[in-house]
Amino acid sequence: MTNPAAVLRAPSRRRNLRRPWIGWLFIAPFGVIFLVFLVAPLVYAFYLSLFSKGLATGTTFSGAGNYVKAFTDPEFLSGIWFVIRFAVILIPIQMAVSLAAALVLDALTTRLSRFARLAIFVPYAIPAVVGTLMWGFLYSPTFGPLTDLFKVVNQSAPEILSSGNIFGGLLNIVVWQWAGYYMIIIYAALRGIDPSIYEAARIDGAGPRQIAFRIKVPMISSAMALILVFALIGTLQFFTEPQVLRPISNGSITSSFTPNIYAFDLAFRFSQFNYASTISFSLGIVVFIAVYIFLFASRKRRGGLS
Amino acid sequence: MKTKSLLAVVSAGALLAALAGCSPDVSAGGGSTDSAGGGDAGSCSNTIVNKDAPQVSVWAWYPNINTVVDMFNKSHDDVQVCWSNAGQGADEYAKFSTAIAAGTGAPDVVMLEAEVVPGFILQDALVDLSEHGADDVKANFSAGAWKDVSSGDSVYAIPVDGGPMAMIYRADIFTKYGITVPTTWDEYAAAAQQLKDAGGPFMGDFGSNVPAWFTALMTQNGQKAWDYESADPQKIGIDLNDDGSKKVADYWQDLVKKGLVDTKDQFNTDYIGGLANGSYATYVSAAWAPGYLTGAGASTEGDGAQWQAAPLPQWDPANPVSVNWGGSTFAVTTQAKDKDLAATVAKELYASDEELQDGVDTQTIFPLNQKMLASDAFATTPVKFFNGQTANKDVYIPAENAYEGYTYSPFTTYYYSELTKSMVSIIDGSKSGSQSLDDLQKTMTDYAKAQGFTVK
Repeated sequence: MTNPAAVLRAPSRRRNLRRPWIGWLFIAPFGVIFLVFLVAPLVYAFYLSLFSKGLATGTTFSGAGNYVKAFTDPEFLSGIWFVIRFAVILIPIQMAVSLAAALVLDALTTRLSRFARLAIFVPYAIPAVVGTLMWGFLYSPTFGPLTDLFKVVNQSAPEILSSGNIFGGLLNIVVWQWAGYYMIIIYAALRGIDPSIYEAARIDGAGPRQIAFRIKVPMISSAMALILVFALIGTLQFFTEPQVLRPISNGSITSSFTPNIYAFDLAFRFSQFNYASTISFSLGIVVFIAVYIFLFASRKRRGGLS
Repeated sequence: MKTKSLLAVVSAGALLAALAGCSPDVSAGGGSTDSAGGGDAGSCSNTIVNKDAPQVSVWAWYPNINTVVDMFNKSHDDVQVCWSNAGQGADEYAKFSTAIAAGTGAPDVVMLEAEVVPGFILQDALVDLSEHGADDVKANFSAGAWKDVSSGDSVYAIPVDGGPMAMIYRADIFTKYGITVPTTWDEYAAAAQQLKDAGGPFMGDFGSNVPAWFTALMTQNGQKAWDYESADPQKIGIDLNDDGSKKVADYWQDLVKKGLVDTKDQFNTDYIGGLANGSYATYVSAAWAPGYLTGAGASTEGDGAQWQAAPLPQWDPANPVSVNWGGSTFAVTTQAKDKDLAATVAKELYASDEELQDGVDTQTIFPLNQKMLASDAFATTPVKFFNGQTANKDVYIPAENAYEGYTYSPFTTYYYSELTKSMVSIIDGSKSGSQSLDDLQKTMTDYAKAQGFTVK
């Protein structure tokens, strides 16, 4: 039996040949930008990272030499160690805060919820540099409110930007900045759940708390995984906040505080473009490994991010 | 399912590598967008008066540069300055370094602090001006100022602005606590103790972000850190842990330990606020301090603060040593199209009477040009910030004239970054002052070797 559809399709075979060409045309605007601004610089940076140049020497090919140097460089390793510690502490706090906010907002039905949603989201809308400068002033022992607060109980305010406290100071800024953004992602996922499921749960005798933790949280686990990956990548590439706080940090933020700051300083302050490229790629490798470990560990529960 | 997750990992990984690779993109991208090379009129921040004359592009960040460039352009038919501000200090150097690495995008003339000049010479970024008539203006500068920008017979920049160091102090606080102006560092420490015992404010500040300041103070006590000549750029001698330097480091650590001086970073609102509200009795600073503080909002009129200038305290009053903190120059870049013309601008910008006078009037420049430095008008100008004290004559001009110059290393920014770490350890007491300098000596020697220098 002949398939009428196949007969109909036969003459169009010539057009089929042309289709790939048309397709390329459609992705060209993206493709060109992708190649010129992403692939080409990456390739060039990788090329740079294979050479080494001392201030008093010429450029020589060193192959993987720079990478060996990077992964034995105590400055780089201490930066990596810092961002890993930072990620381990930061991400659970950030996820707990944003999840709690999203669950509360999802359960609220008053007009207040819209205002609260906006208020929690606003910090994300403030540019990171501005937000960090603002916190710098709040932390300031001269201008900040802390000095006055602690005066009430006759204590002197802690120096939040001292080397002992800078970890917590940065943690606070980042949670403040990003919790609202993650809250919106979780909130959107919650809105996507079919309300009839809640109804069914209620008929089965589930209370609001059970609905939240037994129904809602498992159903948005892929959104949670997504924000975890975002947070992990963002934290390992930590740069803006410490860089902005550096002039007022009384020396607690050094040139190798985080790997990205180290790469920036190497390139633009110490004129070592080759080694800076290596540091950037080494950081990329570390991020890749970290995300792979996470996705591998969580593979059983989900079918990947997509 | 498995392939799908693998795919996700691979694509995520590619994305991450892309994101992490962000920083070197800038270097690959070929420098700043406001490429001023070759006098591109479109990027000037000023108006060109004589449109037919050839243009020379200049990067500079002097607060009054706008006015001065206009003056220059009005008085020159043969050349016009096309000025843009590429950032202050480190920001500009970052752009300049990028332009050098890219081979394009640098201006014809660039403003540089003297301390970074040898580093840029090593990168073949600067033109030897002795071949372009630098000697014509040599007589305009003190020997020290000229030494800062030369190496052997070569001259790589023309000095503009200087920073002879002095101590400015709050006369009102000194009077209140009965303190006499210290002339030696021993007296400085004693006065600090006296202030503390009487419940007064900090005597001064030891901030970890002013390594140039600390370098100057160690130099005052005989440190000869670098033995380096740009003519022989493969060799360097390093001597950071001599006894004089150790004495200075231990001295400041002692003041910090006793709580006599604060340990705040400088050049930020907190510190300026502290200077304005009387948290510090002195500010060991340079000639640009009054102008800087006025611009930052700390003035004599408000808060009843009475600032006065006094010479820098000495280690050996019989043999006073004058040192310098800051100061800046104009250099001609190797990317300049017409190097003679660019050299003309480097020599003549901030050099006419009118241009120099504006720097003095606006308190933005401490001129190194002897035309101004040696003039009566400059010497006898009552400085408003100091309640009319003739601080130039009393303090700053003698300090500048006694300044003998300094030999900088070709890796000043790295050295400062390491010195900052040493200063942090001096402050938090994790190392003694002497120990931190011994370690610094080792770090810098290792660094120089790793960068391919032969360490003498």
